[in-house]
Amino acid sequence: MNLTLNIWRQKNNTDKGGFREYKVTDVSKDMSFLEMLDVLNEQLAEKGEDPVHFDHDCREGICGMCSLYINGKPHGPLQTTTCQLHMRSFNDGETITIEPWRAKAFPVMKDLVVDRSAFDRIIQAGGYVSVNTGGVPDANEIPIPKRVADEAFDAATCIGCGACVAACKNASAMLFTSAKISQLALLPQGQVERKERAEKMVAQMDAEGFGACTNTGACEAECPKGISISNIARMNREYFSAVVSSENV
Amino acid sequence: MILDSKIPEGPLAEKWSKHKFNVKLVNPANKRKYDVIVVGTGLAGASAAASLAELGYNVKAFCFQDSPRRAHSIAAQGGINAAKNYQNDGDSVFRLFYDTIKGGDYRAREANVYRLAEVSVNIIDQCVAQGVPFAREYGGLLANRSFGGAQVSRTFYARGQTGQQLLLGAYSALSRQVANGKVKLYPRTEMMDVVIVDGKARGIVTRNLITGAIESHSAHAVLLCTGGYGNVFFLSTNAMGSNVTAAWRAHKKGALMANPCFTQIHPTCIPVSGDHQSKLTLMSESLRNDGRVWVPATAEMAEKLRKGQITANEIKEEDRDYFLERKYPSFGNLVPRDVASRNAKYVCDEGRGVNETGEAVFLDFRDAIIRDSEDVIRAKYGNLFDMYQQITGENPYKVPMKIYPAVHYTMGGLWVDYNLMTNVPGLYALGEANFSDHGANRLGASALMQGLADGYFVIPYTIGDYLAQTPYTKIPTDHPEFQKAEAEVKARIQKLLDIPGEKTVDYFHKKLGKIMWDYCGMARTEEGLKKAKAMIKELKAEFWRNVNVLGGNEELNHSLEKAHRVADFLELGELMVDDALNRNESCGGHFREEYQTPEGEALRDDENYAYVAAWQYVGEGQEEVLHKEPLLFENVKLTQRSYK
Amino acid sequence: MSWVSKTLSSTLGRKLLMALTGLFLILFLIGHVSGNTLLFKNDGGEAFNIYAKFMTTNPAVKILSYLTYISVIAHVVYSIILTRVNKAARPVPYASSQASTNSAWNSRNMGVLGTIILIFLVVHLQGFWYQMHWGNLPTVQYNGEEYKDLYTIVKFAFQQEWLVALYVISMAFLGFHLSHGFASAFQTLGLNHVKYSPAIKKVGLAFSIIVPALFASMPLYIYFMN
Repeated sequence: MNLTLNIWRQKNNTDKGGFREYKVTDVSKDMSFLEMLDVLNEQLAEKGEDPVHFDHDCREGICGMCSLYINGKPHGPLQTTTCQLHMRSFNDGETITIEPWRAKAFPVMKDLVVDRSAFDRIIQAGGYVSVNTGGVPDANEIPIPKRVADEAFDAATCIGCGACVAACKNASAMLFTSAKISQLALLPQGQVERKERAEKMVAQMDAEGFGACTNTGACEAECPKGISISNIARMNREYFSAVVSSENV
Repeated sequence: MILDSKIPEGPLAEKWSKHKFNVKLVNPANKRKYDVIVVGTGLAGASAAASLAELGYNVKAFCFQDSPRRAHSIAAQGGINAAKNYQNDGDSVFRLFYDTIKGGDYRAREANVYRLAEVSVNIIDQCVAQGVPFAREYGGLLANRSFGGAQVSRTFYARGQTGQQLLLGAYSALSRQVANGKVKLYPRTEMMDVVIVDGKARGIVTRNLITGAIESHSAHAVLLCTGGYGNVFFLSTNAMGSNVTAAWRAHKKGALMANPCFTQIHPTCIPVSGDHQSKLTLMSESLRNDGRVWVPATAEMAEKLRKGQITANEIKEEDRDYFLERKYPSFGNLVPRDVASRNAKYVCDEGRGVNETGEAVFLDFRDAIIRDSEDVIRAKYGNLFDMYQQITGENPYKVPMKIYPAVHYTMGGLWVDYNLMTNVPGLYALGEANFSDHGANRLGASALMQGLADGYFVIPYTIGDYLAQTPYTKIPTDHPEFQKAEAEVKARIQKLLDIPGEKTVDYFHKKLGKIMWDYCGMARTEEGLKKAKAMIKELKAEFWRNVNVLGGNEELNHSLEKAHRVADFLELGELMVDDALNRNESCGGHFREEYQTPEGEALRDDENYAYVAAWQYVGEGQEEVLHKEPLLFENVKLTQRSYK
Repeated sequence: MSWVSKTLSSTLGRKLLMALTGLFLILFLIGHVSGNTLLFKNDGGEAFNIYAKFMTTNPAVKILSYLTYISVIAHVVYSIILTRVNKAARPVPYASSQASTNSAWNSRNMGVLGTIILIFLVVHLQGFWYQMHWGNLPTVQYNGEEYKDLYTIVKFAFQQEWLVALYVISMAFLGFHLSHGFASAFQTLGLNHVKYSPAIKKVGLAFSIIVPALFASMPLYIYFMN
C-alpha cells in the first residue's frame, strides 16, 4: 500500500504548528497504525528529518498512552485504540489526516503528543478509597453481588486515553470522571467518601477547563473500552444528591 | 566481596515475623524528616510510594510515561496468586511457597519466596479495600481460577485485565498521597543516573523528557521499581518504553546484577508478521486448555503451506504432528511455559513452521469446537479470539491460530538482600527490577503478587531499618557528587548527539535483538554465546561510531531517549551472554543445549550451580566480576522436573 | 447560600438547569398544544377565544405562565453560558471530523436548533401573545360576555403563505430539538436505567413527532380551510 499522510507538526507547546504532507510506501496491511508511523519515522530519520512524535507505550490496547485523531475520529475508524488499529482498515492510495487530541485541558506538547495530566488531577481530587496499607478487613468480609462487581468493573476498565474528550464536541471529560465515580459509588468500599468524592472530582473536572456534556453519546461510541454513558447519569445523580445532602457548605 | 543476604535466623515460617520485630523503627514524628525517591510507578513503585507516604516519609515518584497509570504492569492479563485457600482445596502459604520455588527450578531464595507467599494474602485484602473489582461468584465472594504450575485454584482475577485493575488501585492510593502533598509526582521524567555520596545512594539525576532539563533530586534512599529488561530482545511483550536504563546506571555505580540470563519466554504469543513488527502480543496461557498445538508432519508440507498452496484445514489428520501431545503424553499441551516454548522452536528449526516467516506453530480449536460447540469456546475465550482476529485479520473459529514464543519477563535483575536493598546502601530494587523471588522461571500470576508484596508489605518495614540509622541531614543538590553526575549525564547526551552516524537507533536495537534471540534466547550453546559476545561487542562499537541521533537535548526527543536506552541494552546484552556462558547447566528459562537429559529436558547441576550469579561492573571495557551467593535449601527437596 | 451558587455554576449544575427548564417547557408544550386543538373546532373560534381569555386571566395559569417565561429565559441564558464554556474547551478545532459516525446531528446542534426556535418564538409571540395582551383586538360576545377575538387574528395570520411556511418549518426544527432534548433531559437528571431508558427514548421520539406535527397542522388547517 502507498499512502499520503497529512500530519500535524508542532515544535513545542508555544509553536503555532501546521499540517505537513508525507508519503509512505510499501505499507503492509498487517502493520498496526503505529508501526506504519514507525516506518515513516525511520524514513524521516534516514533523511535526517525530525521524526513525528506521538505517544505510545504498551501497544496492546491497555496502557491508554496512544492517542491520535485519525481521519476525523479518535483512534481512527474502529472502536479500539490506535495501537490496535491495523492498516487493513485503510485503502491503497488513501490520504490520512492525523491530528492531536484537541482540548484546552490537553495542551499539545509536540506534534501529536498532548499533556493529559488533567486526568491525573481529577483522580487526585478523590478517585480513591482512603485506606492506608495494612489494617484492612479480610477480602471476603463484605460480599458484593456479582452483578454489582461486574458493573463496577465495566466502569473501572477505563484506560484514561482521553478519546472521550477528543470525540466530544465540547471536549468534555464527563465519561472519564463518571467512570471512576461510578466504580467507587457501586462498591461498598467506596460508600464512606461517596458524597465528597463526587463533589470534589466534578469541581476538579470543571477547573481543568473541560466542557459540559450535551449527551451526544460520541464518547461512548468512540471509547475503546465501550464505557457506557449510563455512568454519566450515575455521576449526575451522585453529584446532585451530594450537593443537596452533604454538609459541605 | 561477600554477599550478605541478611536472611533472618530461625525457622522458615517465623523469619519474616521475627525480622519485622527486630528491624529498627523510625519514630512517626521523625519520618517526615526523610525523603525517599521512587523510580517507576508500576505495581511495585506505586504501591511503595503510596505506602511510604502514608507512613509519613516525603516521597518523590518518577516515571517516563505521561502518567503513573500507564506503567506496563497494566498489561498483565491472567491474575494474581494468593494463598487464601478460599476454595478449600488444600492451599496454604507453604504450598504457594513450594510451588514457586519448584516452578523457579530451585534457583530462588527460600526465605524471600516464603515471605512472598506469606504476604500474598494481605495483598488481596488491600486491593479489595481499595475498590479493585475482582471477579466474584454469585454469592458475592471472590472467585478463583487455576493457573499453570499449581494444583490448586488460588488465582484472583479481574477478567483478562487483572494487572490493569491492580495498577489502578495502586495508582489511586498514590494519587491520594499526591493530593495529601506527601508524594510529588514527576511524570515524563527519566532517571539518568544514581548519585552516591560517601558510599550511599543519596539521589538521582533525571532528564525532563519535555524540556530536556537535567535535574538533580536528593533523598535519603532511592527505590528502583523500574521493571524488567525484556526489550533487550527488541521484540518482546514489554511496552515500547520498558528499559533497563535505571537499573543499568545503578549497576555501573556499583550495584550487582544477578542472574541476568534468566529470561522467560512465553509460548502463546501472536507471531511476528514482518520486519515492521514493533512488539509482540501475548495471548493468555489459558488457551492451551482447549487448543491443540501442531505443525505439519513434514517440512515439504510446511513449505507448501507457507507458499499458500494448501491451507491448514486441508491437512489430513495423519499428516499433522501434535508434537506436545506426542512427546509429553501425560501433560500434553499443558506443559510449562519453558517446555512448550522450546519445543515450538525445535519444530520450526526443522523447517516445519507454518507462517511466512517459518516461525509459528498452530494452536487449533477445531476439535474443541466440534466437542463443545463454538458458543462454548466463545464464552471461554471470546475476547482473546477477537483480539487475535483484530491483529491478524484471521478468524480463529475457522482457521487455526498461529502462535510463537516471545520474550515476556526477566527473572534476573539487581541483586538485593532480604530487605530488598542492593549492595549499595540506601539503594533498593523492587518488583521485576530485582532478581529475588522467581529463580530461573516465574509461574503465571506471580509477577503481580511480587510487585505488590514488595511495595505494600516489605519495603515499608525494611526501609525503616536503614533510615533509622541514617542522619536526617539532607544533601544539597549542588554537592560535588551531584554536580559530577549531572556533568556526566550531560556529556553522555552530547556525545550521543555528536556522533556523525548514519544508522537509526532502531537499526541497532533490532540487530541486538536478533543476536540475543538467536543465541541467548530459548536455547543456548557455548559456541553460539561466544559468537554472540563478539557480535555484541562489534555492534556496540558501531553504535558509538555510526548511530544518528536526531534533534537536540532541549526538546521532546524520542530519538535521544531511545539512544540512551539502546546504549544500555547493548551493555546489558553482553552481560546476559556472559551469565549464560557461565551457567553450565540448564534450569528454567535458561536452556543450554549441552546440558539436557537423554529425553531432551533441562538438566540442572545443583552441585555446582545452586547459586545466585551476581555480577559486578568494574570499568569500561573490562570483564565483569562474578560473585556467588550460595542458595541453601533446608525446607524443600531438589528434584528433577518431569512432564512426561 | 454559596453552595447553591457554586453548584449552579458548575457544568453539572448548569446542565441540571437546562434539563429542568427544558422539561418544564415540554410540559408547557403539552398544555399549549392541547388547548390550541380548539382551533380545529368548527365553531367560528368560540371555544378558542374562551380558552384564550381563560389562559390570560386565570391566576393559577398566570403563575404557570410566569414560570414559563422564566424557563425560556433561563434555558436560553444557560445555553449561551454553556455554549461559551464548551467552545472555550476546544480552542483549536479539528481539521477533519467525522462526528456523524458517532453521534446524531441534532444532538450536536442543539444550539443552532434552539436559536432558530428562539427566532420563531419572537415572531410567534409578537404575532399572537403580544396582540392578546396588549394589542388592539376586535372583540366578540358569547352569552353576553365580551371576549378578545384572537381567533380572527389567527385566521387572518395564517392566510399568509410565508407565515404558514415559517410555522411548519419551525415546527420541524422544534421536533429535531425535542427528539434529542427529551431523552437528554432525563439522562442529565441521572435517570438512566436499563428498564426505563428505552421507554423514555421511545416516548421522547413520539413526543417530538406528534407535538410539533399537531402544532404544524394548525396553520395548515386554517390555511386550507379558508
